[in-house]
Amino acid sequence: MTDTLLSVENVAVELPTPRGNLRAVDHVNLTVGAGRTLGVVGESGCGKTMLSRAILQLLPKKAKLSGRVMFDGLDLVQLSPEKLRKLRGRSLAVVFQDPMTSLNPVLTIGTQLIETLQEHLELDQAAATRRSVELLAAVGIPAPEQRLKQYPHQLSGGMRQRVAIAIALSCEPKLLIADEPTTALDVTIQAQILDLLAREQRRRHMAMILITHDLGVVAGRTDEVAVMYAGRVVERAPTPALFKKMRMPYTEALLAALPRIDAAPHTPLPAISGRPPDPTRPLKGCSFSPRCRYAVARCHSEKPDLAQAGTAEHQYACFHPIENHADASA
Amino acid sequence: MATLELTIEQDASALPARRGRRLGPLFWFAIGWMTLMFAVAIFADVLPLPSPTDMDMLERRAPFSMEHWLGTDGLGRDELARLIYGARISLVVGICAPVIGLSIGGALGMLAGYFRGRFESLVVGSMDVLLAFPPLILALAVTAFLGQSIFYLTCILGVLGVPAFMRVARASTLTLARREFVIAAQALGATHSRILLRELLPNVLLPLLAFFLLGVAVTIVVEGALSFLGLGVPPPISSWGSMIGEGRESLEVAPRLAFLPAIAMFLTVLSFNLVGDTLRALTDPRQGAL
Repeated sequence: MTDTLLSVENVAVELPTPRGNLRAVDHVNLTVGAGRTLGVVGESGCGKTMLSRAILQLLPKKAKLSGRVMFDGLDLVQLSPEKLRKLRGRSLAVVFQDPMTSLNPVLTIGTQLIETLQEHLELDQAAATRRSVELLAAVGIPAPEQRLKQYPHQLSGGMRQRVAIAIALSCEPKLLIADEPTTALDVTIQAQILDLLAREQRRRHMAMILITHDLGVVAGRTDEVAVMYAGRVVERAPTPALFKKMRMPYTEALLAALPRIDAAPHTPLPAISGRPPDPTRPLKGCSFSPRCRYAVARCHSEKPDLAQAGTAEHQYACFHPIENHADASA
Repeated sequence: MATLELTIEQDASALPARRGRRLGPLFWFAIGWMTLMFAVAIFADVLPLPSPTDMDMLERRAPFSMEHWLGTDGLGRDELARLIYGARISLVVGICAPVIGLSIGGALGMLAGYFRGRFESLVVGSMDVLLAFPPLILALAVTAFLGQSIFYLTCILGVLGVPAFMRVARASTLTLARREFVIAAQALGATHSRILLRELLPNVLLPLLAFFLLGVAVTIVVEGALSFLGLGVPPPISSWGSMIGEGRESLEVAPRLAFLPAIAMFLTVLSFNLVGDTLRALTDPRQGAL
């Protein structure tokens, strides 16, 4: 393992709502090494986006954040707004889910790219323009000189996401947070964008957090995976180890819910029954227990910690990891 | 990829042409009338016009003639000259007052919509107070206290326009500030001023400018009403409103004295409204973007 670039220590985020405090992120610990890729997987509303906003310190004003976010030796939570601002864009960049709304509709692509470059790298107009053309070419946009003069609505969704990636990459960040970068795109474009992200990540030796609800997306493209459920990390392992031997029933259920290309036509898709627990009313036991088909009495009364499994790097929060069930039934 | 790119480019080049065709003759008539008004108002001094204040008591209420194209008014002053000099006052007040409203109201509205919190409550509250104040009474009080002048008139009308502009700016800022591109800009390390000026202002400016043109139209009418009541510009100077007011006295003998400035005002206000509406429809990028 290389040097740790980002370490999220005991981070919790609470959002006040009319129905009580909503615990969006519940004491999460994560680390990302320089140049490594971490996949964060979980269904909608499990706190993935709030976690990424907490890392960037871009939480809604009313949100309460506790814990530490250490980035490159600095605690982002304690950092002054001015220093934080300088860090964002320069060292920390983000690609959002929907390229329709993450670009300013009334400014040209060129203006948005060039201004970011001028702001952070203090380039003059000509140098910034030259660099913008290079960046657009690097993210696979044909005829970049002409694109600079176009507005976001003149580009397709995939093109817009490429532009958003170019803007995020413009200042050579050390860490890129990709928050569901392909959810709003169709499947053929998805693969292109993910490959583009992986290629640029390797080329620039940049660390990346890839947030998605699709286990298939993280499979070939990340070094490590953290599975989130109801604001908590429930399983964490190096990617190959996770796919070889997943322990947490939730991870297994997520994987089972992926459509398989070799399945017979009209095979029903196994969905995870039930809904995630109401985050304003914390459960006493394991938060997955109401939906877990292996749950026993202890699961409903006691919360499992994220514990070490057989290998030092594979952690999971479950009293009855899947291997045991297999043993029991054998 | 290559074919995809080609189709997009063709679309882009076809856009301006389609826009040009959509503008009807009414729009061009409005632009023509506005240009004419601005031209005569700006070049009034160099045009071969008789003085708008020279009285010719022998030629009172003279009909149309070669000497006085649109005749003379009740004091024998040249009606055309008074109309053109009146256009100056009406346009200057009609444009400067909404500019005051646009800059103060727009800035307050954007700050309130972006920063929210106590500042917003303060701004919205004070604007509500201003809205609740009867505008005519305010204008009366100010002119009674400070005297009649074009400058004070412009200031009063400008201040009265602030709440409306504030509301328009705040409403669009509120919806825009929650959009992802603002968070994206923050994530890229943009300062508050940069987000306000570069990200939000270009978006907010379009509805504000469309509203500005309507504001000009409304202000010309309000200025006319104030002048009609004798609260506008001081007497020897003509404005359309005061001309209508003076023409009222001879409505049976020479109705044209009231109707000519009324027609000028009607056409100008209509032009501003038409252009404002068309520009709003055309420059709304959200139609294309979403």
